[in-house]
Amino acid sequence: MKRFKGFIKKEFYHIFRDKRSLFILFGMPIAQILLFGFAITNEINNVDIAILDHSKDATTNEIINKIAASEYFSIKQMVTREADIASVFQKGQVKAVLNFEKDFSKNLIKDHKATIQIITDATDPNTANTISNYVSAILQQYQKELNKDITIAYQIVPATRMVYNPELKSVYMFVPGVMTIILMLVSAMMTSISITREKELGTMEILLVSPLKPFQVIIGKVFPYIFLSIINAIVIVMLSIFIFNMPVQGSLVLLALESILFIISALALGILISTISATQQTAMMISLMGLMLPVILLSGFIFPISSMPFPLQIISNIIPAKWFIIIIKGIMLKGVGLEYIWKETLILMGMTVFFIALSVKKYKIRLE
Amino acid sequence: MNNDKVIQVESLTKMFGDFIAVNDITFDVNKGEIFGFLGANGAGKTTAMKMLIGISKPTFGKAHVAGFDVFTDAENIKKNIGYMSQKFALYDDLTVKENITFFGGIYGLSRKRIKEKANTLIEELGLGNVANQLVGSLPLGWKQKLSFSVSLIHDPKIVFLDEPTGGVDPITRRQFWELIYKAANQGTTIFVTTHYMDEAEYCDRVSIMVNGKIEALDTPKKLKEQFKAANMNDVFLKLARG
Ligand SMILES: Nc1ncnc2c1ncn2[C@@H]1O[C@H](COP(=O)(O)OP(=O)(O)OP(=O)(O)O)[C@@H](O)[C@H]1O
Ligand SMILES: [Mg+2]
Repeated sequence: MKRFKGFIKKEFYHIFRDKRSLFILFGMPIAQILLFGFAITNEINNVDIAILDHSKDATTNEIINKIAASEYFSIKQMVTREADIASVFQKGQVKAVLNFEKDFSKNLIKDHKATIQIITDATDPNTANTISNYVSAILQQYQKELNKDITIAYQIVPATRMVYNPELKSVYMFVPGVMTIILMLVSAMMTSISITREKELGTMEILLVSPLKPFQVIIGKVFPYIFLSIINAIVIVMLSIFIFNMPVQGSLVLLALESILFIISALALGILISTISATQQTAMMISLMGLMLPVILLSGFIFPISSMPFPLQIISNIIPAKWFIIIIKGIMLKGVGLEYIWKETLILMGMTVFFIALSVKKYKIRLE
Repeated sequence: MNNDKVIQVESLTKMFGDFIAVNDITFDVNKGEIFGFLGANGAGKTTAMKMLIGISKPTFGKAHVAGFDVFTDAENIKKNIGYMSQKFALYDDLTVKENITFFGGIYGLSRKRIKEKANTLIEELGLGNVANQLVGSLPLGWKQKLSFSVSLIHDPKIVFLDEPTGGVDPITRRQFWELIYKAANQGTTIFVTTHYMDEAEYCDRVSIMVNGKIEALDTPKKLKEQFKAANMNDVFLKLARG
């Protein structure tokens, strides 16, 4: 145990004294999340919108005034007919149309419920998303004021509709992808480089001549990266929650466990790469070409798997990242539990066991 | 088994595919001896050494090191030997002290013992001023001496040195050999490979390897008589010319 502690300490010295490692470990995740996030979600400010008010009563008037008063929106035009909405969007004059239903006030008093449709132009998916969030927030604020001193609450229901890009690819979709890439980078690439470094420098030989067992050497090398990967995953989730207001819908514990499973499979891949590369350069190239590229191109992170050519769809199945992205998208965005993702989890587990077995076998051979 | 023979090698052979890197070598090394393992580039010295320290499996033959079989008992051998590889192999990005602490740690020394060792070692090598500097910033000669001392940190019975003085100046080489003598005087057996023929004169016995085979093995004095040579360099040249 004491030996192990000394070993870990030494690994951390290596990491903290190497600018490149530090950058990949701490700079990259933050930079990537912020880049993806802000490239897409800039704060909205004076966005032009249109109003279609079928009721024109006191309540809708009040709501419209509230929206007009906010710094986020400026009301560009009033639409009179449902049929005009499409042309308003086509002309690109506004980013959203708020559609108040008929008899808004009456419904609110009679049924305690009235609906506003928020129609957004989702060609810019992030802005679309942000707009509907902001409108909803204003509505909620107004609803709270209405309900201050009454027993049966009034409910103003925003119904969101996207035009042009109803699937809504947005920062929310990028977070799982970025998280996958970072975990792969830290776990697989950094580990393979750090093990190969010892081989290249000749220190691996010294370690193997010491009473340390080969597997102890490997565990010692890998452990700091497990730790750092977990920290990275936490940082990424925190950034998405606190900077991009992206809620994690599902269980954080499940998310953590699935991430650890993925980290272990990536570490096994890293060890595997280190057994077949003699130099750090090779390890890095194999990691980038063999792991990062497929993760970026074939995992469904950027290009939807369903629109890939069939052979690539088949190949995408052997990429652990694909399954991990499905899993964490499910947990983060849809809030699903294990009952919906057990199949993917099982596949990922199977792959992990396979990679570990393979790397143990390969690693032994290398020592002969 | 003879207790005075800390290394016993019989018909040891290593093949890489069809290529015979070490060809049927047989020799013994006595306890406390400085044993010089000579040979030209590619003669097979490093390969032979790696089999003895348990990181390369022999193709044929027998070998015992510190009384343990290299085939079946490599783990026990590792506890009893020190090794300094041909490549400089301390961590450049760790300080002198951190390196000592790390290697002391993996050999299971207590914290107190490591501290004592570090202090004596740093003092003996005159590294007091640079103890907290990164090893990478030290001159090669200092690194080599540090590396040697670190290979002795757990007081091994035998220490294997693979070209420990490669690439350093003659003065540093002399200082290095003083360290070797000191360790030998304390009872450590030294198994050392070298290219420098003047260093061969410092050994108790030397073996000379040519193309994987041991062609001569004796004390430097006897070898010079046998080959009617003035110095070890001539012995070596005569052997190499065949
Ligand atoms: N893993 C290997 N696979 C194939 N051939 C090898 C391997 N290791 C060494 N050799 C070959 O075995 C021969 C002996 O190599 P070795 O490193 O033992 O020589 P050496 O006497 O230590 O030389 P040097 O003085 O240059 O260190 C060389 O021809 C080398 O190319
Ligand atoms: Mg050699």
